[in-house]
Amino acid sequence: MNKQGVFSLEGDRSKYPQPGADGKPEIDLSSHKYMKMWQGPNHPGITGNMSVELTVCADEVVEAKTHVGYLHRGFEKLMERRKYIQNFPLVCRIAVPEPDYNELNYATAIEKLTGIEVPEKGLWLRTLVAEMARLQGYLMWLGGMAGAVGFGTVGQWSNYLRDLILDRFEELTGARIYHIYILPGGVRNDLPEGFADRMEANLKEIEGFMKDINRVLFNNYVYKKRTVGIGYIDPAWIYPYGIVGPNARAAGSKNDVRKDSPYVKYPELDFGVNTATDSDIYTRSVLRYNELLTDVDLIRQILSKMPKEGDFIAKLPNMMNLTIPAGETYVRSECTRGEYGYYMVSDGSGYPRRVNVRGPSYTHAVALLEKMLVNANIADVAQIMVSLHTYPPEIER
Amino acid sequence: MGTTKDILSPFLVWKQFFRKPVTIKEPLKRQGADRYRGFHINDIQECIGCGTCESICENQAIDLVAVAGIDTKSGDSGLRPKVDYGRCCWCALCVDVCTTGSLKLTNVFTWVDTDPDQFRYIPGVDAKPWDNATKGYKKAASLELYPLERIPMQHLHPEERHDSFIEIIKGFSKEEALREADRCVACGICTATCPAHMGIPEYIKAIREDNVEEGLRIMYETNPLPEICGRICTHKCETVCSVGHRGDPLSIRWLKRYLADQVPASAYASVLKSDSIEKNNRKVAIIGAGPAGLSAAYYLGMMGYQITVFEKLSAAGGMMRFGIPEYRLPYDQIDKDINYILSLGVEIKYGVSVGKDITLEQLEKEYDAVFAATGLHDGRSTRIPGTNHSGVYQSIELLRKITLGEPIEVAEKIVVIGGGNVAMDITRSLARMQRQKYGKVQLIATSLETEDIMPADREEVVEAREEGAIIYPGWGPREIIVENDRIKGLKVVQCLSVFDEQKRFSPKFDESNENFFEADMVVESIGQGANLSYIPASYFEQLEKDHRGRVLVDTLTFQTKLPWLFMGGDIIEGPDVIHGIANGHKAAKGIDQYLNANREEKQ
Repeated sequence: MNKQGVFSLEGDRSKYPQPGADGKPEIDLSSHKYMKMWQGPNHPGITGNMSVELTVCADEVVEAKTHVGYLHRGFEKLMERRKYIQNFPLVCRIAVPEPDYNELNYATAIEKLTGIEVPEKGLWLRTLVAEMARLQGYLMWLGGMAGAVGFGTVGQWSNYLRDLILDRFEELTGARIYHIYILPGGVRNDLPEGFADRMEANLKEIEGFMKDINRVLFNNYVYKKRTVGIGYIDPAWIYPYGIVGPNARAAGSKNDVRKDSPYVKYPELDFGVNTATDSDIYTRSVLRYNELLTDVDLIRQILSKMPKEGDFIAKLPNMMNLTIPAGETYVRSECTRGEYGYYMVSDGSGYPRRVNVRGPSYTHAVALLEKMLVNANIADVAQIMVSLHTYPPEIER
Repeated sequence: MGTTKDILSPFLVWKQFFRKPVTIKEPLKRQGADRYRGFHINDIQECIGCGTCESICENQAIDLVAVAGIDTKSGDSGLRPKVDYGRCCWCALCVDVCTTGSLKLTNVFTWVDTDPDQFRYIPGVDAKPWDNATKGYKKAASLELYPLERIPMQHLHPEERHDSFIEIIKGFSKEEALREADRCVACGICTATCPAHMGIPEYIKAIREDNVEEGLRIMYETNPLPEICGRICTHKCETVCSVGHRGDPLSIRWLKRYLADQVPASAYASVLKSDSIEKNNRKVAIIGAGPAGLSAAYYLGMMGYQITVFEKLSAAGGMMRFGIPEYRLPYDQIDKDINYILSLGVEIKYGVSVGKDITLEQLEKEYDAVFAATGLHDGRSTRIPGTNHSGVYQSIELLRKITLGEPIEVAEKIVVIGGGNVAMDITRSLARMQRQKYGKVQLIATSLETEDIMPADREEVVEAREEGAIIYPGWGPREIIVENDRIKGLKVVQCLSVFDEQKRFSPKFDESNENFFEADMVVESIGQGANLSYIPASYFEQLEKDHRGRVLVDTLTFQTKLPWLFMGGDIIEGPDVIHGIANGHKAAKGIDQYLNANREEKQ
């Protein structure tokens, strides 16, 4: 298939601005050939609270600038003023749709620096919530992706399916969104009675819907027309732009933190890394669809392999007085968007000296998006952005 | 792309048209999951207002507020958490950290109101529709945000200690002290309960930070006898410790001892900055070098007063030295605390009995103020037949003689009457001496109170038994049987109850259930009384007294109706060391206030 795709406007460059002395296009707005357009911060085609400043020539984007700052809550700074335990209600809010990776990374960082050991069952339950978070994250993304190209119905289905997983989260953790379930040393609660059966029923429901979604979305002429060959990510960009997760795997990378540096119970689970090579919106969306089905299988594996008995949390020192010896650590895990990292520095006090959250959205939604939008059609901006699966709250910690 | 299949495929999902809608029709009626983190409930009677929920809340959504109309128990701040749902994020860390387990969340999560102030309420006090909800988030049994188990204290085994007076408690190592100090949740209920209001969470924090000098400074702000208190304090702080509600209370007493033990006596002056006191020329006399007298001497000394302490006995310390056996409180530790107080320039006149060697009138003339803390040194007698026999002793006399190294009679078979800590002290001292003399212990201690209500500390009873003494609680002494001028033993009857319904002392006996404890020697240890004969009758008349003849003083300054005379310690409050220390501190402030006011008047 032609990588440039049918809707790509690459080719005739005569009407585009010529690069100036610094290599950037020189746009003369007074020529009335160009127009500034804002996509976001309030726009159905933008994922969350950020905006893209587009310079368009007719319906083609000649320059894109991303703007963030609509969602800045200063979490990294706030964390320096709170005790380690008090930061759990904060970290889950850094990436709103997937709080669990924040909790997992933050707790693991504390464990690495203090030497608190997590019991076996605690590790299994952490694996479970990590995969549940991945599943509901992909379901939410699926709705967004379909919505961006006008398939609102798929969005309603997938949000219903996501709600089923949120129901399970609710009975396991006590909350639907901000789970605050993982603590240093393990998790806060055991599986409720009959959880595995209810989860199995949900997984069957999801699998049933997935067949239909495959028919209605991925084997759909219109969807293919809008996505195939559009939003191409060159494999050569992977390292310079720090592209990770499904975005990189759809471009041929085999990068997956779960395999590269296994954590929690992933070494005991049987799963493969989904990869593809076409690297356009369509490929990325099919890859995520396949990952979603892998997740369903992983959750089944976790529930069958998890020990029934055993402690789920270690004996903790007094968390109100917890001080961590001076040191630093980097903890990473694989979230739906790729490698999610926490860099924590402690200075020996009861408060973290610095916590740096490095989520994949930071590069995907800023530098990469700016590059990808050039030469795109205005109508494609939304689905290019959604196809990167980015969360603005994660950019603005 | 662009095949016919791609055009037809989407229509294959036509069955979805016939699915039932999944939308929740009445969201306000939806039930939260069993563990849902919804609105707070609090068992107001169980809650002690310790405030750990307030201190863990990162949103500052919880405020501890005073609540009227609740029965505040001992160890209860009287405050209760007020939750502000404009701030709460329902993380439930407050539930996990709750020391009593009274705070929980319900699974109710919908609440519609037009008044924003309604969303700030005191759970358990302000009635809410979910008050009786049974479902909702509760802390899992195995999740504890602080360790509940105490770090065990190393002590000598019974075989190592039962025939000598060496100290039993070994004290914490640094590692143990740090781990024990880590358990503190810094609620401050202990500070409020301690008669001296010691800064307990603060000095425990100093231990955690391994800053023993700061810890010592904090202790001396309210207690100038930490080595002593760190060993024999009645630790009312531990009784109310909030961690003790679901686990073991902190070993506050041993932590205090750890701090004092870490700082050598030679460093005290520089740590406590007593090397630069500005002296004044006003003189205060203190009668009795016990805890209250020494405490007053220290604080007055720090204020620059010239202090003279009149002590009847040959060494300072009062009941701490002459009442408490050396295995609980070694004399070198008493000396460490007292020598530091003496280093402030405090003078102690030993062997001077006020009333005999010098009169109170003389003190009144020669000194600007007098603080009398003479303690309870007269043993009380049961006055049952036979108590006037020469083989019947008062425990307090025997303990004094043991300290002074004077020989005492140690019979082969002894009965001790009394169930308090002093009774245990003499029991265990005599048991040691019996073992030294006879190689075995034949000693019975009996008390009116049954074991569950015996006033002695539990560990004293247990350790006394470990050392060979037999404890027979629940018997009332009736007669000491004397034959041919030799004691044969003690006749007792069963005691049914000690107190009446108004909690007044009114023992009831079952006269039909008699028992007889064989003995050659009987020791009475049923309490001590004050001897205030050094106060001349003309002065004594002017003092205010309660219906039982006890002198009443101002509760803040310990000043009596004679403005120059202050009284404190066991004769006023207690009896125990920490009340004495607290009284001495308050009296010092009272004397300072009185003398300053006096001077201004004169000017």
